[in-house]
Amino acid sequence: MSNSQPESNLMPESMVEVRNVTKVYERGRQQIEVLHGLTFAIPRGDFVALMGPSGSGKTTLLNLIGGLDQPTSGEITVGGRRIDRLSSGQLANWRAQNVGFVFQFYNLMPVLTAEGNVELPLLLTRLSGAQRRRNVAVALEIVGLADRAKHKPKELSGGQEQRVAIARALVSDPQLLVCDEPTGDLDRKTADEILGLLQVLNREHGKTIVIVTHDPKAAEFARRTLHLEKGQLLEQAA
Amino acid sequence: MTRSGFVIANLFRRRTRTVLTLLSVIMAFLLFGLLQSVNTIFNAGADFVGATRLFVQARVSFTSPLPISMLPRLESIPGVARVAYQTWFGGVWQENTPLIMFSLDPQRYRDVYPEWVMPESQWQDFIRTRTGMIAGKQLADQYGWKVGQKIPINSNIYPQKNGSKAWIFDLVGIFDGKDDEWKKRTNLAFIQQDYFDEANQFGVKGRENFFILKLSDSNQAAQVARTVDAMFENSPDETKTQTEKDFNISFVRQIGDIGLIVRWILFAVFFTLLLVVGNTMAQSVRERIPELAVLKTLGFSDGSVLGFVLAESFVLCLGGGLIGLLLASIAGAMVAKGTGGRFQLTVDYRVWLLGIAAIVLMSLAVGLLPGLRARRLKIVDALAGR
Repeated sequence: MSNSQPESNLMPESMVEVRNVTKVYERGRQQIEVLHGLTFAIPRGDFVALMGPSGSGKTTLLNLIGGLDQPTSGEITVGGRRIDRLSSGQLANWRAQNVGFVFQFYNLMPVLTAEGNVELPLLLTRLSGAQRRRNVAVALEIVGLADRAKHKPKELSGGQEQRVAIARALVSDPQLLVCDEPTGDLDRKTADEILGLLQVLNREHGKTIVIVTHDPKAAEFARRTLHLEKGQLLEQAA
Repeated sequence: MTRSGFVIANLFRRRTRTVLTLLSVIMAFLLFGLLQSVNTIFNAGADFVGATRLFVQARVSFTSPLPISMLPRLESIPGVARVAYQTWFGGVWQENTPLIMFSLDPQRYRDVYPEWVMPESQWQDFIRTRTGMIAGKQLADQYGWKVGQKIPINSNIYPQKNGSKAWIFDLVGIFDGKDDEWKKRTNLAFIQQDYFDEANQFGVKGRENFFILKLSDSNQAAQVARTVDAMFENSPDETKTQTEKDFNISFVRQIGDIGLIVRWILFAVFFTLLLVVGNTMAQSVRERIPELAVLKTLGFSDGSVLGFVLAESFVLCLGGGLIGLLLASIAGAMVAKGTGGRFQLTVDYRVWLLGIAAIVLMSLAVGLLPGLRARRLKIVDALAGR
């Protein structure tokens, strides 16, 4: 790893900087190199789609950017902070403050209502109960689900569940949203609504968004598309 | 929503399973409370007596009575201030309610047991009345006995000379204890030895189950006991002499080692409970691995996730444990009331403290393994279903 190198900006306004990042997984005795020395940057306020065939390393890259996993070598800087050097506890703390996550299958807590799910990340803050409820109401308002606050996930449609997941990702006001196939489980119309919502969050709220998708139509909502194949960046499409 | 609200919500995600598990915890702690209080009764029953009295019985068994002719020899032993004696009557009230009832010499017994208090006139009536009987306050209250009544009592051992096992005694006194400990033990009755000797069909006149020696100095207990047993060694009536406290304990232990029995039952109960609750917790964690990974994704630390699982097991064990102990307290009080205080099944603070310690240990035992599994899980693998 080149951790001893001084931190540098690939772009002055970068939200995400990835430099020479390699990721190797061990499966039994086998070592599989999923990412091969990737270097790129995502400017603050960008909306980037990561595309590529299955096994190309999209989700692995997303996990590294979101601080869910550590690279085998290389540097990752997000919002000006090197995250490849953080311990598990430091990463957890960092994620709570800086990143919102949206998953393909929503991953809501079935035992909690929509507002309970959205409030979950705020339990890690020092906000009072009243402040938390206010923030939750705002987040649900943004995703258009204020009237569904008391409903449990099983009482919501797929699109509504994903909106709740987006509200949960938004509620602690992170600058970076990472979304793994956020429309993979939705029909076209609902998918477009969700992508439109992400677009609004990018344009009007200034969130930097990185989504992984197989769907070229979904990628059209992004400002840029990064293509990955066999762990390498192929091209950048505007 | 709070963290504790989240814990409780998770606990009841499968309501039926949680309720059934909770019921098994409640049952286990109900048993724990009752059995521990039984154990307490049997172990602590002798703590209140001092070492100022020695019990002398036949070495073989107290069911082999000793001859009254021993009395003067016992009285002559240095350090012995007074000697009383008593015989088990085997009293049965009405259909088949057994009574703790002895025949004895009233004056001697009074001298040896100043802990029983009764008006002087009633003591005198007991001494004077051959068919007299005195009853402890608890016993008299339970059956509504009043001084002056004739009390019919059967003996399951001794028939009268006319063949009838139904005896009739004149209740001449009701005694109480000098303090709370002794008041709790007023569930027994005494009759006149002379009358019993004359009237019983077996002609066991002049033989007693026990001699009770009141010592002038409790420090001499061991020495006097040795002297008594040596005095009757190699005679037809060899003796076994022990302090009242040891006698009480060994008397109870004729039933068996209650403590050991209770421990084995509780071991079986808690072992089963450990499997039941442990399985519930393990299953509960296993089926929501992705949810736990999401918690970590949102920024909850490994320790927090471990804490959530431990808190769930703690709430489950605490809820069930406290309800179980509460039910045991109520059941114990009902048993004590139903038996007129003869069986003081009290779930006291010692049982509660032990119960709370068991709750904490049980929570750790059932929550730690699944909790550590949750703590160790890698977000990326868990989200990918690996």
